[in-house]
Amino acid sequence: MTPTQSAQQAKDSAIADLPARRSPPRQLLSTLLKSPVGVAGGLIVTAVVLLAFIGPLISPHDPLNRNIRSRFKPPGFVDQSGKVYSLGNDQLGRDILSRIIAGSRVSVLVGVISVLISGALGVIYGLISGFVGGILDSVLMRIVDGLLSIPFIILVIAISGIVGAGLSTLILILGFTGWITYARVIRGEVLKVREMDYVMAAYALGQSRLKVMFLHILPNVVASAIVLAAVQVGVTILAESSLSFLGLGVKPPTVTWGLMLSDGRQYINSAWWMTLYPGIAITITVLGVVFLGDWLRDFLDPNVRGRA
Amino acid sequence: MGVSLRGFFISRIIQLVVTMFIVSVVVFFILRLSGDPILVVAPDFFSEEQIEQMRKFWGFDRPIGEQYLNFVAKAITGNFGTSYLAKRPAMELVFERLGYSWMLAAAAAAIGLTIAIPLGILSALKRNSFVDLIITSLSSLGTAMPSFWLGLMLIIVFSVHLGLLPVFGALEPKAIILPSTTLGVGMAARLSRMTRSAMLEVLNQDYVRTAHSKGLMHKTVVMRHALRNALIPIVTVFGLQLGWLLGGSVVVESVFSWPGLGRLMIDSISVRDNTVVQAGLLFFSLSFILINYAIDVIYIILDPRIKFQ
Repeated sequence: MTPTQSAQQAKDSAIADLPARRSPPRQLLSTLLKSPVGVAGGLIVTAVVLLAFIGPLISPHDPLNRNIRSRFKPPGFVDQSGKVYSLGNDQLGRDILSRIIAGSRVSVLVGVISVLISGALGVIYGLISGFVGGILDSVLMRIVDGLLSIPFIILVIAISGIVGAGLSTLILILGFTGWITYARVIRGEVLKVREMDYVMAAYALGQSRLKVMFLHILPNVVASAIVLAAVQVGVTILAESSLSFLGLGVKPPTVTWGLMLSDGRQYINSAWWMTLYPGIAITITVLGVVFLGDWLRDFLDPNVRGRA
Repeated sequence: MGVSLRGFFISRIIQLVVTMFIVSVVVFFILRLSGDPILVVAPDFFSEEQIEQMRKFWGFDRPIGEQYLNFVAKAITGNFGTSYLAKRPAMELVFERLGYSWMLAAAAAAIGLTIAIPLGILSALKRNSFVDLIITSLSSLGTAMPSFWLGLMLIIVFSVHLGLLPVFGALEPKAIILPSTTLGVGMAARLSRMTRSAMLEVLNQDYVRTAHSKGLMHKTVVMRHALRNALIPIVTVFGLQLGWLLGGSVVVESVFSWPGLGRLMIDSISVRDNTVVQAGLLFFSLSFILINYAIDVIYIILDPRIKFQ
């Protein structure tokens, strides 16, 4: 066993034995409504995604609008024309609530697109490794071991520091590094599914290897991929905020929660509200994703349901 | 077991070499992602000729394969090249910071374990109670929270408002309290969840039931029989979270201006001091790998059933 392999096993076994069950959407919804955690997660995630889309319509102020006279105003500030700034203003007099609403867009974009890229790459990589087997499998898995021994965020920091960032570059960087997490788990699943009777039956019916791989094995490892993807959305949103906070991620004037925290840090002695609220926004969003992921895991894996 | 113990170490060393080979390839090529590494560091006013000269000086005119072999040959002897900025060997800079990073990581891990293990056990023993609900909620909250934000909030409360603790640097012993707590809380949130499920798993085992039916005290059963077996998965997760801890320390070191390896890397990245970035990356990975190897040895101590493979 290689170093990270032993550690990885914990993750593997957590998602092990996922039977592939496909349920009509109605069943999905009815089980979701039975789980308080699932409902909470679903509501939070829906709210954040909604904010990302219709944010500009409901935003109380223009998130980019500067006003020297209302710099550093604390939460609840009311200006001369009677407009309320419920979460206060930042160092340029911009409304924090409006900026939090605007920042949801980046989190959703990064979370969704990066995870789609990394999930697709990781599933294909694991599928090939597990299905082909033999020397190719060993080589591919050794590569994954090597990559896993560089802590994710450090790898991402180094790459974005050297390549230089911006929103789309950042999405690509997170997408092209995140696949490593999926590769080993999916490969393990493929090894299991590969030996199933229905796969043998497909061969016996004369289906080609390629067809078996994509039509019979792939659909049966998707459940594990979805559970992992839910976890990764949270990880990716946190990574984006760390990078932007360090000045290695998204650049102004794009509004992101990480950048808002980076501003807040500079005025930490006087304007606590600049730091408090964006952090709460990140925490609630990630919490929603985690809750939804927990519920998804329980739903897709009946072995876990009711336990733990 | 004598023979297999030797075999165990030999196979581990081979794996270490393979893993480090892959890490070195990644680290080497990351630098090339920016295109021509010379153009990144050469001053704007340099002529074509001067740039060419510089390229030759750093060996960037050689074929890429040769450059890689040179890099590895030097790296093995501990030579990562000279820092463009500090004009000193990158290795020296890394070593100066390594101690601070290890100190911070050790303190954070200690805090994390001290919080997580008792809470995880309590949560498992009182499963589905109000206490359990509180502990698991706090654990989810701690996982979802960006660690650097928690650090900033601690600064606001303990440094800005209460004036109790220093915000920056590592000049006095108390300076480690805030950064290590920041990381330790994040670690605890991740570990307590796993401790809980590991304990639940073990508490359902036959030997625990047997111990109870022997008439042993509940406390003895939990501490002697259950906890020891639950430690195995807990140690596994600890190894996995170590990556999170090292990564988190990079960001948290920046927040608190803690003079560790992470801060060195961030500072070097912003001035494109790439030799230092490379050396830092390699050292982070090496620490991660070696600690995980140590964890594999701990397994064998905890569980005699695990064979040397």
